[in-house]
Order: sequence, then C-alpha cells, then structure tokens
Amino acid sequence: MEKDTEVYKATVKDDLTKWQNVLKAHSSVDWLIVIVENDAKKKNKTNILPRTSIVDKIRNDFCNKQSDRCVVLSDPLKDSSRTQESWNAFLTKLRTLLLMSFTKNLGKFEDDMRTLREKRTEPGWSFCEYFMVQEELAFVFEMLQQFEDALVQYDELDALFSQYVVNFGAGDGANWLTFFCQPVKSWNGLILRKPIDMEKRESIQRREATLLDLRSYLFSRQCTLLLFLQRPWEVAQRALELLHNCVQELKLLEVSVPPGALDCWVFLSCLEVLQRIEGCCDRAQIDSNIAHTVGLWSYATEKLKSLGYLCGLVSEKGPNSEDLNRTVDLLAGLGAERPETANTAQSPYKKLKEALSSVEAFEKHYLDLSHATIEMYTSIGRIRSAKFVGKDLAEFYMRKKAPQKAEIYLQGALKNYLAEGWALPITHTRKQLAECQKHLGQIENYLQTSSLLASDHHLTEEERKHFCQEILDFASQPSDNPGHKIVLPMQSFAQLRDLHFDPSNAVVHVGGVLCIEITMYSQMPVPVHVEQIVVNVHFSIEKNNYRKTAEWLTKHKTSNGIINFPPETAPFPVSQNSLPALELYEMFERSPSDNSLNTTGIICRNVHMLLRRQESSSSLEMPSGVALEEGAHVLRCSHVTLEPGANQITFRTQAKEPGTYTLRQLCASVGSVWFVLPHIYPIVQYDVYSQEPQLHVEPLADSLLAGIPQKVKFTVTTGHYTIKNGDSLQLSNAEAMLILCQAESRAMVYSNTREQSSDAALRIQSSDKVTSISLPVAPAYHVIEFELEVLSLPSAPALGGESDMLGMAEPHRKHKDKQKTGHCMVTTDHKVSIDCPWSIYSTVIALTFSVPFRTTHALLSSGTRKYVQVCVQNLSELDFQLSDSYLVDTSDSTDLQLVPLNTQSQQPIYSKQSVFFVWELKWTEEPPPSLHCRFSVGFSPASEEQLSISLKPYTYEFKVENFFTLYNVKAEIFPPSGMEYCRTGSLCSLEVLITRLSDLLEVDKDEALTESDEHFSTKLMYEVVDNSSNWAVCGKSCGVISMPVAARATHRVHMEVMPLFAGYLPLPDVRLFKYLPHHSAHSSQLDADSWIENDSLSVDKHGDDQPDSSSLKSRGSVHSACSSEHKGLPMPRLQALPAGQVFNSSSGTQVLVIPSQDDHVLEVSVT
Amino acid sequence: MAVCIAVIAKENYPLYIRSTPTENELKFHYMVHTSLDVVDEKISAMGKALVDQRELYLGLLYPTEDYKVYGYVTNSKVKFVMVVDSSNTALRDNEIRSMFRKLHNSYTDVMCNPFYNPGDRIQSRWALLPVSASSPVQVGPTSCVRSSPGGPYSCVRSSPAGPLITW
Repeated sequence: MEKDTEVYKATVKDDLTKWQNVLKAHSSVDWLIVIVENDAKKKNKTNILPRTSIVDKIRNDFCNKQSDRCVVLSDPLKDSSRTQESWNAFLTKLRTLLLMSFTKNLGKFEDDMRTLREKRTEPGWSFCEYFMVQEELAFVFEMLQQFEDALVQYDELDALFSQYVVNFGAGDGANWLTFFCQPVKSWNGLILRKPIDMEKRESIQRREATLLDLRSYLFSRQCTLLLFLQRPWEVAQRALELLHNCVQELKLLEVSVPPGALDCWVFLSCLEVLQRIEGCCDRAQIDSNIAHTVGLWSYATEKLKSLGYLCGLVSEKGPNSEDLNRTVDLLAGLGAERPETANTAQSPYKKLKEALSSVEAFEKHYLDLSHATIEMYTSIGRIRSAKFVGKDLAEFYMRKKAPQKAEIYLQGALKNYLAEGWALPITHTRKQLAECQKHLGQIENYLQTSSLLASDHHLTEEERKHFCQEILDFASQPSDNPGHKIVLPMQSFAQLRDLHFDPSNAVVHVGGVLCIEITMYSQMPVPVHVEQIVVNVHFSIEKNNYRKTAEWLTKHKTSNGIINFPPETAPFPVSQNSLPALELYEMFERSPSDNSLNTTGIICRNVHMLLRRQESSSSLEMPSGVALEEGAHVLRCSHVTLEPGANQITFRTQAKEPGTYTLRQLCASVGSVWFVLPHIYPIVQYDVYSQEPQLHVEPLADSLLAGIPQKVKFTVTTGHYTIKNGDSLQLSNAEAMLILCQAESRAMVYSNTREQSSDAALRIQSSDKVTSISLPVAPAYHVIEFELEVLSLPSAPALGGESDMLGMAEPHRKHKDKQKTGHCMVTTDHKVSIDCPWSIYSTVIALTFSVPFRTTHALLSSGTRKYVQVCVQNLSELDFQLSDSYLVDTSDSTDLQLVPLNTQSQQPIYSKQSVFFVWELKWTEEPPPSLHCRFSVGFSPASEEQLSISLKPYTYEFKVENFFTLYNVKAEIFPPSGMEYCRTGSLCSLEVLITRLSDLLEVDKDEALTESDEHFSTKLMYEVVDNSSNWAVCGKSCGVISMPVAARATHRVHMEVMPLFAGYLPLPDVRLFKYLPHHSAHSSQLDADSWIENDSLSVDKHGDDQPDSSSLKSRGSVHSACSSEHKGLPMPRLQALPAGQVFNSSSGTQVLVIPSQDDHVLEVSVT
Repeated sequence: MAVCIAVIAKENYPLYIRSTPTENELKFHYMVHTSLDVVDEKISAMGKALVDQRELYLGLLYPTEDYKVYGYVTNSKVKFVMVVDSSNTALRDNEIRSMFRKLHNSYTDVMCNPFYNPGDRIQSRWALLPVSASSPVQVGPTSCVRSSPGGPYSCVRSSPAGPLITW
C-alpha cells in the first residue's frame, strides 16, 4: 500500500502528467483515468483517511474540476457483487463520456461541415470536397451502426446535388457543376454488390467523376444502407426515381450522351438493382412485392426494346453495318466486366452483351423480359399496363414479320380499350390490328377493321381515305368465287338515321306504290358507289285482326311516317350508358269466356336490346340465308352513290299481297362486300290492304225534305276495282222520286289519301225505269264523289176522314208511310235499287224523305152556313213561300161552291209556324151528304232563287160528311118569376129549344127514322151537362124526344137549374144524340164486330162495309156509349149527331147570376 | 404546368382529356389509361379508410422518364389524372394538390351546369381550361422556387393556396 503510493509518486504521476500534456497538445479533452484496486488490500485500509488513497491523490492531481474523470475498478477479476458494481459504474461512466465526446466532436464536425456548405456560393467551392466531408460523417454513423443517420447524410447530398442541377437548369450555374457536364463515356451501370465502390469514390475525390459516376456511387451507398435497414423495396422505388432523374438531369445539363448509352446504363442498372434485391430476399417476399419491382422490369424491357430498335436487331433483315458500328460503340462504353460479377452467369453485363450480340439472342432476352413483365403486371391486377406492354410486344412481332403472334396482343389491348371507351387508343390499336390482319390475310377481319377505321374521325382524312380505298379495292377485285360475299356490319360503314314512309301512315292498298325514304349517314370519307341497297322484308298475314282491316288501317294509323333511329353510341364503353332503359309494361291475360284475370305480370319489351351480347367488336352474326335470298320480299335500290354524310335513299315498291311487312335487315353491297345491318330497331312496318268496291249514298243535309230538290252525295270507293270507260250506275227509279238531271254536275275523283286527282263531268241518262249514271274513269283505290239532286214528290195524303168539330183529322197514310211519335215530320222511304258495275247484285238504298208540312182541316158552322178551314203547319227548319192555294171539290157537285176567303195569293210560312186557309161552302140545292175536297198549295223554299224545275204543289185530300145543319139547339135561362136576375142558390128555369131546320134528307134515313102517315119522325135524346160545375141540374137532365122530320119543327124542353156561383156564367151544354132502337139487325152485327177487335184495320173494313156509317170517332163514342150493355140484353143505342148537323146557337152566351143576399162570401175564380 | 389533364368517369372511360402538346396526344391517352391501374390499386387500398377521413389526392401514381403522373379521386369515384413534365421540378406536391383542387372546383362547376348530363363527355373546350392551360404556373404558388436561386436545398416550400380563379 505504502509502496503503491510511492510508486505512484515516483513514476505514475509523471507518466500521467506526460500523457495529459500530450492530450492537451492534441487539444483532446476526452480522457478517463481508471484505477484498478485489489480487494485484499482494501480490506485492511478501511480506516485510512481517504485523502491519502491513490484515488484521492490522482483526483487531486489531475481531476481538479472533473472529479468524474476518475473511476475505480475494484478487483476486476473477481466474481463478486462489488466487482460487478464497479464494472457497471465504470461502463456507465465510460459510455456517458464517450457519448459526450462523440456529441461534442460530431457537433463540431457538423459545424465545420455546415460552414463549408455555407461557402458554396464562393467561387472556389467544390461539391466533391464537400461530398467527402459529409460522407465522413456518414461513415461515422455507419460505423456506429447508425444507418438511418448515415442515410440522411447521403440523402442530403443527393438533394443538394439535385437542387444544384435544377438551379443550373434554371440558368444559375455553379462552376464546379460544369465538371459534371463532360460527355458520358462510360455507362456500365450501377454497382451495388460492394459496400463501398472505392473506385468511384476515388474518382469523386479526384474530382474526375461524371454525373453518372456520382449518382451511381451515391445510390450504391444509399442502397447499402437501405439494405442494412431491411428496406429492399425502397431500393427498388428509389432506383426507378434515380434512373428517371439521371436521364432528366443529363438532359437538363445538356450532357452529350451517345445514342443508346443511357439505355444501356438504365438497363444494366435496373437489372443490377433487381438482382441485388433478389440477392437479399427470398422468393416469397419477392412475389408479394412485385408491385414495387415491376416498374424496374418494365423500364428494363422498354430500354432493351429501344436498344434493339437502335441496333437494328428488330428488323427482319438484321443489323446493317451502321447498326453494328453503333453496337460496338455501345459495348465499348460498357467497359470490362467487373470482377465481382465475372463469375455470375446471369449478370446484367453478360445479359446486355449477349442481347446485343445477335438478333436471336435479342429476341430471346426481349421476349423473356416482356413476358416476365406482362406476367407480373397481370398477377398484381395491372391489366392495362400489361396490355400496354403487350402492345409493345405486338409491335415487335410486327417488325419481326410475325403478325400471327402480334394479333392476340393487339386484340387483347383493343378489347380493353373498347371496354373502357378510350377512343384514341382504340383508333391506334385498330390501325395496328388492321396491318396485322392484312399481313395475316384475314380478309374479312381486315375489311371490317378497315371500315371501322375509315369511319374513325380520330384519323386524318388521308388515313381514312386509305382504309376506305382498301375496302373499295377489294370490292372491285374480280372475285374468283362469284357467289362469295363478305359480310360486314353496317354501323361503321353507314348509319341508318331515319326512315320516312310515303304515304305517311305506312298503309298502302294492293297494287299501290309505297315509298320508303331512308336517311343513311355514310361514315366513309369518300363517295362510295353502292351497287344495291336492299331491305329485307318479313311478310306476315294477321288474319282476323280487326286492326288490319282496310277501314281501320286507313283511318286509325296516324303516325307521321317518320321513324328515327337512335344513333350508335360507339365511343362509349359498354357500360350502363349504352344500354337502353328497361321498357316495362304490365300484362294482363284474361280468360276469353268470363273475362276473369288468368295471369298478370310485367313484360320487358326491349329484352333483345338488353340481353344481347356485350361485345361491341366482331359481334356480327351472319345474317340468315333466308334474308339474303332472292325470293324473299326485298326492297331494292340499285346504283346509289353514298356521299359522305347524310344520303337520302328512296325505295319504291308496289304492294302485292295484303298483310304486314316488317323491315328486318338493311344490306348495302359494294362488289362482293356486303354491309349488313342485322336488325332494324325500332321495328318498322308497313301494311298492305285490299278493299272491296263500295257505294255509299247519303244525304247532304240532316234529313231530306220531300217536295223540293234535295242533294244526295254518292261516294264510290273503288277498292280493287278499276272504273273503266262506260261503267255506270243503273238506278231503278222509284215511282215517287225523281232524279233531277243537271247538266253541270261533276264528279270528283280522289285518291285514297284524299288527294284530289281529277274531276269529270257526269253523264246522266234517264229513261222511264232506269237512270244511268256513267262513272268517270278512275283507277283502283280511288274515291269518286258526286252529288245528285233528287225530288220526292210530296205524297198526297189519302182521303181525310170526316172531321170532327174543330178536331184534328187523323191523317191516313199510305201503308208504307210511317207515323212517328211527337210532332215529327211524316217520312217517306224511297228504295232505290242500284246496279253497280263491279257486282251482279243490286244495291238497294233507302232514302228517307220528310214531308215538311202537316195539314189539318176543320169544318166551321154558323147556323146553316158552312166553312172549311185548312191549317198548314211547317215542321221543317226551312221557310217556305206558299202560293196558289186551291180547294176543290173532287166530286164535281155543280151546285156546290167553295168561296175562298183568303186574301193573299202568296204567303210565307216560317219554320215551325202555321198558316190557315178558309173557304165558305155554298150550295143552291140540297147539299150532298159528303164532300170530297182536295187542298193544294204551291210551295217553294223561301230563300232560294228561282228553281229550275216547277215543283208540284202540296196537296191534301179530305172528306167532310154530314156537314149540313139539321138541328138548331137554343138554350135560355130565365130567372125565377118575379126576379130580374138569377141568384145563386135559387132555381132558374132552363128552356131548351130544339128546331129542325130541314125536311127529310138522305142523311136522315137510318133506323131511328120512323114513318107514320107520311110524317117522318126520329128519336133524339138530349142531355144537359155542365162540366164546369157552375150549374146544378135539378131533376131529369136528359130525355128522349120524338122529333118530326120537317123543317121548323120545334121541341121545347124545360128544366130547373140552380146556379152555384155568382157572375156571368156560361150556359150548360146541351147535347143531342140519335136514339136508335135496340132491335135493329144492324145493331147486333155491330156488336158482333165489336167483339172481334176494335183495331183500326177491322174498323176500316167495317167502314167500307158501311158507307153511310159514321167516322171512326163517332163510332168510338157509340162504342163507349153502348159499352155498358155489351154483354147484357139488347138496349137502345145512342149515337152522337155529327158536329155539322147540330148548331148550338146559344153557345157562348152567358147569364148574369148575382149572389144571394145572405151570401157574404165572394168567390173569385181566375182561370 | 400540367401537360395533360384527364377526367375519368367512375367506369373508367374518359370524360375529358386534353394535353398541351397536341401532336403527342395518343401517348398521353395511353399513359393516362395505364395510370388507371395504379389509381385502382390506390383506391382499393384506401377503401378501408373512413370515408370522411379519406384523402382525395392519390399522390404520384408513377413516374416515367419524361413525365410524372399524379392522381386524384373524388368521392363519386371520378378520377382526375394529371401528367406533369418531369423536367418541371418547380411542381412539388403542394402545387399538384392545389391544381387538383382547382380542377375539382372546375369539374364541380361543370356538373352544376343544368345542360350537362353526368356521365357525358365534357365537350366544352374551356370547361377545365384554368388547370389544363398554362394557368397553374401563372397563378399557382410555384414561382417562389425561382425567387431563391441557390437557396438551401429545403427551399421548395410554397404557400399552399394560390389565388383561385373565378370565372
């Protein structure tokens, strides 16, 4: 111990001082003194003052301020806790101090380095020098295993250099950079197999490195560090960036590079990087990280390709001497192979050298690379990239004249571009494909591609013309096989834009001409002469379909005749864009018997559009042979020149068979090339119909009026019949209807579509029985229209019955007249039988004429004077002018005069108004029991001008019977005796005076007449009735009297009546009846007749049997009078006297009745 | 400046594609089409992320020697692809983002047009012009790069939003 101290004092202290001085001389501040103590000694010295220990001494001597610079390591070789502790303390101290030292030193280094960097704008600054400085730092970090930090240094250098290059490019050049701009003489690629490429490092140090050298070295260091850091994929990524960057930098610095040199460098570098990565990764890792490396593969492939093209290795003939020279130059630039790869069989160097050595070797290497790249791209789903590489490969094959190998790649790429709708790549690839197909001799495919290209607007006009010409050239070649047709899709050649029918409803009759005008938009750049354009038509007959009848078709099909076709959406991909929308419709199927719902559902009407094949290219199906057959229905248009753009093509067809024709296909033939549009959609149809000839006759007005000329329209629909010269309509004349022949009547001929085609004068010849109308000549399916004037003679109504007193005579009509209800006009039907030239059967046409007037007559009496009143009522809508009214007695009684009391000879009769005529009957001798009259009045339409024909007057015949007044009835009411006026409630006397006005007349001779002693008498019954209940008849209101048949014989009847009201009261009615005895034989017969039936016919018969019997009306009242005794015993019968035979002279007279005095009620009745 | 702008429908057909060097249009068509592979990849990788947190900007799809292809996808799966010249080092991520935002705004304007049917090709020549034409360089916040030549290598920081064009 003591010894130790002494030793220390003697020698160690000096040594330490010396060492410290040396350190100071080197200005090193990093030191540590370690004292090794022995454990055994320590134990004894526990009580020794610390000051005296060596440690203290050393601390005292050397570590005056840094006491931590001295550590004690006690018993280092023993295994004890104390030893362990001291070791730990020592190591911690050492580590701390080391770190401090490094920090200080590196910090200083970095400061210096930064200072150096800041001087970079100074003229003498050198990047290489600085590079070495910073690399030293990197080396330090690398040695310290601080790869990340080391990498940062290189990255900083990289960035700095890049920035300089960029700035240089921007015009801010640094002097030292010009050094890197020397021409590239060596392009041997990256060297990544050595950790440090000392060769290159030295060249940098010597400032002799080229840009590529610097970059290569920098990258090799980065690569080494990245691999240390287990980041091989970053190497791949950075390598690609580096390679691109270098190429750019060389360009930017305008460094002269021999052609191909860079390609060599890039190729070698790519392979070197890939091999380096492969060297440190296993297969699985590589496979799962293809995405990172495939870029390098593709880049290498690309570069090898360009080298191949450059060195003439891709041409068919192989390289020429110039190419060979270039190859030699390139190989020279590679230099000798590095020793580290010399033994590797697949080194990039060897590969490149071999690839450039011969055409075959190049092909092998290029194909290897390409296939590998395509495979990799495909495996990671980069289909587009794979196709793109494939296209390069196809190009290569094409250069090698191996189109059969190129085709698959081109087709694949084209399909991809088509699917995604990339127009320019499509065009370009198609162009390549066209060349390929041409070489392969795939005529059909080539022509199809050519047609697509000729219509491609992305190509220049010349190119399009070229491809168009290719088609035309082929088409014009004389074919060795004349029947052979090349069928191509129409779309690329021309597009069907629209279609127009004429007639526009697309309906035509048999034999008619149908025009179909289509607009074809030619896609070709030049006018193309087309031998023929054919539309294949499908013919179908839909029988029993009312929609296909001529009438329905001509009336209901009202389209405008233009069908537009949707343009092909070729440039879009076959995604949802090109698909049409679903056209869904509800569908109900009902049971035909009870109309109940059987099935229901939804139909998609455009399934064929939606479900068709999704391939847009080469999806042409061969049109069926049937469609191209000559025998099928076709529309043809020959020798058409299709100009570029829209062309109008007109097909003209003559309809043959009736049915529905559907346009199916459109073909255009250019020589042996047929362009076919396989389906025409939307569906285009036209209909052909056939029609029977028809004749229609209809009045022009709502109804025909009898008596005046009326116009009737004749319409002849010719249908399939052609009206020849001499064809005529033969009208058999109806007896009461005249056909008025007018010289100027004309017939119009219309076509079926209502276009007037001609008009012709109508020749009408009439004979007694037949009127012949010669029809103008008209072709089939035309309409002839003409008007004829017809005149229905006013029907003379039959004998009017004996008219009632002011009653309406029931008009008796001819049996074919119809009586209509209401105040409608009486109508007359005239049937005309017409013989048409097209038929052996006659057409019967009924024309109904209405009589515009209704006439009634009435017999008016004034004592024995008689008047006949005729009322004419105008029922029509027209106004008429009446003239020359006559009433004549048809029985020619000489002593009978009809004196007209009408003042005006002309009289208008307005619509719905009436006109009355009155005549007085005058006779000198005994009047006839009955009078037959005929009323006639001329009439003409009031508005019209003079008619060409004279119209027949309107006549009305009627019969007046028993018109002579036999009895005069006079009634008188007297107030009770002693009273001046009648009073209500008091009885008054009614005196009825019945006076016979004539002697025995013919009319009196009936069964009521009794004869005794030359005196005749008849039985009459009177009856007093007060219908208005003004009077109460007291006692007997009726009685039978025996009336002597002699002039001025009078019968007087007294009765008591009581007025019920006050005021001027009309007298009660007095009725007079003939009282017929019951035992009359006639009576029983009449009853028997009544039993039969009282319909009009039987009554008529009866009337015929009994010429002297009364009218229907009077019989009716008899009937009712005796109805109570119908089934009982025979009873006397009552017969009302005809109105003309009784004159009530007191009718209309009134009696003043004053109210009774105690009557305070005043009743006012207003009627 | 973008050399090519493409708007691609959900179904991957181009709605709008325009490139500035028109003579090489075909190349860009191929490029944009091929880039859809990466777009698809990125979208499917992103599919797991929550919708509202989804980043529309897809970043660099892939670089080529001469061009960089960037992608962006709207929530309705309409894709924007922009091709930028590699030599144009002035365009960094932020500029690309803002260009995409502007493109998105323009596209929204197009969609607002009542006469435009979604899914139709965008025919209007000028519809997305503010982006496809030279405007990003003129309007975008990229010129700051040149204002500091030889500055520190971390210098390319740009203000995130340039003035938006209103038209």
